Amino acid sequence: MSVELTFTIDGVSLTAQKGDTVLNAAKAAGIYIPHLCFSEGLESYGACRLCIVEIDDVRGMPTSCSTQVKEGMVVHNDVASVNRVRRMVCEMLIADHPLVCLSCSANMNCRLQDVAAFLGIKGSRLRRMVRKPIVDDSNPFYTRDLSKCILCGLCTRSCHELRGVGAIEIAGRGFESRIAAPGDGPVRDSTCTSCGECVDRCPVNALWAKHETLPPTATVRTTCGYCGCGCGIELGTRGGKIVRVRGDRSAPSNRGSLCVKGRFGLDFVSAPDRLTTPLIKRNGVFKEATWEEALDLVADKLTSIRDQHGADALAGLSSAKCTNEENYVFQKFFRAGLGTNNVDHCARLCHASTVAGLARAFGSGAMTNPQIEFEHADCIFVTGSNTTEAHPITAISIIKAVVEHGATLIVADPRRIDLTRYATLHIRQRSGTDVALFNAMIHVIITEGLGDDAFIQGRTEGFEALKACVADCTPEWAEPITGIPADKIREAARLYAAADRGSIAYSMGITQHTTGTDNVLALANLAMVTGNVGRASTGVNPLRGQNNVQGACDLGALPNKYPGYQDVEAPDIRKRFEAAWKTPLSPTNGLTVTEIVSAAGSGAIRGLYVMGENPMLSDPNLNHVEQALKDVEFLCVQDIFMTETAELADVVLPAASFAEKDGTFTNTDRRVQRVRTAVPKPGEARDDWAILCDIATRTGYPMAYASPSEILDEIASVSPIYGGLSFDRIASEGLQWPCPDRDHPGTTFLHEGEFKRGKGKFHATPFKVAAEEPDTDYPFLLTTGRYLYHWHTRTMTSRTKGLEEICPPTPIEIHPDDAALAGIEHGDIIEVSSRRGTIEANAHVTDRSPRGTVFMAFHFHEGAANRLTIDAVDPIAKIPEFKVCAVRISTAATTKKTDNA
Amino acid sequence: MGRIVTLTASQTPGLDAVLARHPCEESQLIPLLQDIQDHVGYISAESMRAAATHLNIPESSVYGVVTFYSQFYLTRQGRHKVKVCQGTACHVRGAVEIIRAVTARLGIKPGETTRDFEFSVERVACFGSCALAPVMVVNEKVYGNVTPEMAIRILDELT
Repeated sequence: MSVELTFTIDGVSLTAQKGDTVLNAAKAAGIYIPHLCFSEGLESYGACRLCIVEIDDVRGMPTSCSTQVKEGMVVHNDVASVNRVRRMVCEMLIADHPLVCLSCSANMNCRLQDVAAFLGIKGSRLRRMVRKPIVDDSNPFYTRDLSKCILCGLCTRSCHELRGVGAIEIAGRGFESRIAAPGDGPVRDSTCTSCGECVDRCPVNALWAKHETLPPTATVRTTCGYCGCGCGIELGTRGGKIVRVRGDRSAPSNRGSLCVKGRFGLDFVSAPDRLTTPLIKRNGVFKEATWEEALDLVADKLTSIRDQHGADALAGLSSAKCTNEENYVFQKFFRAGLGTNNVDHCARLCHASTVAGLARAFGSGAMTNPQIEFEHADCIFVTGSNTTEAHPITAISIIKAVVEHGATLIVADPRRIDLTRYATLHIRQRSGTDVALFNAMIHVIITEGLGDDAFIQGRTEGFEALKACVADCTPEWAEPITGIPADKIREAARLYAAADRGSIAYSMGITQHTTGTDNVLALANLAMVTGNVGRASTGVNPLRGQNNVQGACDLGALPNKYPGYQDVEAPDIRKRFEAAWKTPLSPTNGLTVTEIVSAAGSGAIRGLYVMGENPMLSDPNLNHVEQALKDVEFLCVQDIFMTETAELADVVLPAASFAEKDGTFTNTDRRVQRVRTAVPKPGEARDDWAILCDIATRTGYPMAYASPSEILDEIASVSPIYGGLSFDRIASEGLQWPCPDRDHPGTTFLHEGEFKRGKGKFHATPFKVAAEEPDTDYPFLLTTGRYLYHWHTRTMTSRTKGLEEICPPTPIEIHPDDAALAGIEHGDIIEVSSRRGTIEANAHVTDRSPRGTVFMAFHFHEGAANRLTIDAVDPIAKIPEFKVCAVRISTAATTKKTDNA
Repeated sequence: MGRIVTLTASQTPGLDAVLARHPCEESQLIPLLQDIQDHVGYISAESMRAAATHLNIPESSVYGVVTFYSQFYLTRQGRHKVKVCQGTACHVRGAVEIIRAVTARLGIKPGETTRDFEFSVERVACFGSCALAPVMVVNEKVYGNVTPEMAIRILDELT
């Protein structure tokens, strides 16, 4: 229980919570205390000496940013004695600050102007020592002019403290003090990740975003359309264009922080090559068409295929990029309108094994605890997640836990990912041997009596089966399989088991295996054995990839689930949906993404509708996918760009981007958040849900909604976990499902007191080898992943020049020893082949990759990694094994090239 | 791409041995840098990178510390380090003449190193040996009551 304190500032009586600083309490009450080096979310620094105040019975003038409120404190802020000192400080700052306010990008939005205006500064009595502009223009997104810098340290502190990057620091001493990258080199050559946190926090625009040439005339609060972190963003607009992007400091997921994509990567919205009109392919060439023509054609084709070959000859790929409302409408159109459950989306390729595994173990396939709770975990076990690159905002909480709260961080990842810099222990299992590692850890926990017996007794079932399964899984057994020394496995087990609040974070490194479901089940076993579920800052936390992949799953864009994870094959549930949707529904589960592609290849699927997905890059074994999409009788693609998939379509329909529509996204925290229209749609582009409704109506199943708000109301009526949601309830802040009714406050973390399925279930998960291991013909193990600077198939990020400049196609990471043996140098173009295809890539020689393993991101169509990957799938979740396949590197075709390195 | 940091054996002879003497803790930064300077003569970019990697701290933090303290050199120094005191006592007793004589003799300005890397000259604020003013320190050896002629003789004896 927090204690309320009463105190006064300049005679005004105020209240504060224990621990509040005088500055924070004043800010909350709307009282201005001049300050420059303070910024929310960063530790108080006390450097600028402007927030000084007088306090009765306290000597001197303490800084209000670092002085905590005490009961009865009498503070003097706007008084002559204090302002006289502040004025001197301000004059010193101004003495070497260029007074070019009118032509400065910070004009009217400058904290130094605020201070000077408040203090009534007329000029500086000091000799002026203004520097000439000292400009670093090397970063593609922002510019730095050190002559304007007031050395408040906000940029360096946000870079070190908040983002854990540490690209810049204050160098030198006295008048020579300056913000510098190592060696005073250009910031581009530093470890800067261009997150722009420093740009956002700079009080005087010594750092400014290059694209922000004009201030916005309107601002819209919405949710970022890139990843599952679900950051709140504020889009500043002017003349129908996005001219400024800021993190929303009130948003619980990101508290104002953004990554390079969210802050600087939104050029795609107004890209000149956006689709603006429907296109129909005639004689192999796309011709512009009217909406009437296009919609009629799509409806005709779908109905004629259904009438001739049955509804199950149709399939739809919904989109984790689209809103909840659009996903709901999509699956309703397929299920109720067309009569098939052949609906799936790319979650099949990322977290299908999570949904399958966690549902079996816990009863719910979602992240148990929100991202921000990592901050207060005692031990975080990160495995198969390159968090700083794939979930940059989640990584902030993990780094904070380590740096500020002294948490233990265990990273189990074959690659030396950035997060390992903070790790207490980094263990490098061979890709595809995760189950062996986790089983050995559980073995240690059980044999050494480190488990939580009360939890196992009271809240779980099936422990004996687990115990039998791991009985022989000693660390010594696991060592030759995983490549991790046995004592390190013991250490990891002990560290995790010793934590009061142990949290597991994982991502595609765990799920994208033929043993994906087993990997997830093994992690669930690990958490349950130690009682780390159902409390704050614990849990098993799958970091979801796409902005709305959680929502697309929640809303039933899955072949076996209606909205709210209700079973398609349960007759009573089907009856309820038949009543709600007023039509008979198919009683059998539909096909998954991977099965749909195969069925398209074999002719079983004749009509395919793809909304906002690009299987031509995202799916494994692309040569096979390409053939299937070419073979299918009718392909309709609804997207914002002419993607590799759209190129193969018969009809292409132009849709709206996230900045052009209303609706909701559900982030990885299960938090349902608002998406709002900021700019108009280009040309004749339309909302995805509106297009779908028109087609459904033309196929004989009338669908019409006045707005996405109405769709969410319908969702609430059929999906209990969304039962209490509506646009007005989430207007200012999102809610975390389950939220069953209008009065329910949402659920911060799952499984408190009881698992969703009653008792948590242990599963025996014996170790199995990957589908394709390296051999003499294909001696390297290829594992795939992502880079910070690109999003998935680059449909969006390739439209931002700076992102392309920082991360051009197509790197392949290889260990220095392997490179030396193969005679490969950094920057060489090399040929990479698997049993399925051959591509060319640019060698990045780095020990981030372990020996024997090469790494590629799947973003690039030039040298597409998925031409190499194998389409072997997990038997339960049908997720492909993107993380392990065997390749060989051909040095024969090597051409030396260094300019692209 | 940010920058992919690659760990490889250092090019500077002896650097790895110096690193190995220091525990991998942030608090070791200054002792480690001093040790590197003692062995390598200055703190090169490679040394800073190696120190940062060894202590698991950002390279920028190392650069911040190296540039803050005047004891650390970012460039290769001469075999003989000549430090001329410019403190108040030395100034009053003629330090200006000493530095003028030394720089004229070596043909470099204070803070510079001769092309043959034989001599570096720097000005120092105070050695705390004011009773001996003016003071000049060459390779850790303190010379008191220095005159311009004596300063040149000391330098000449070293060449």
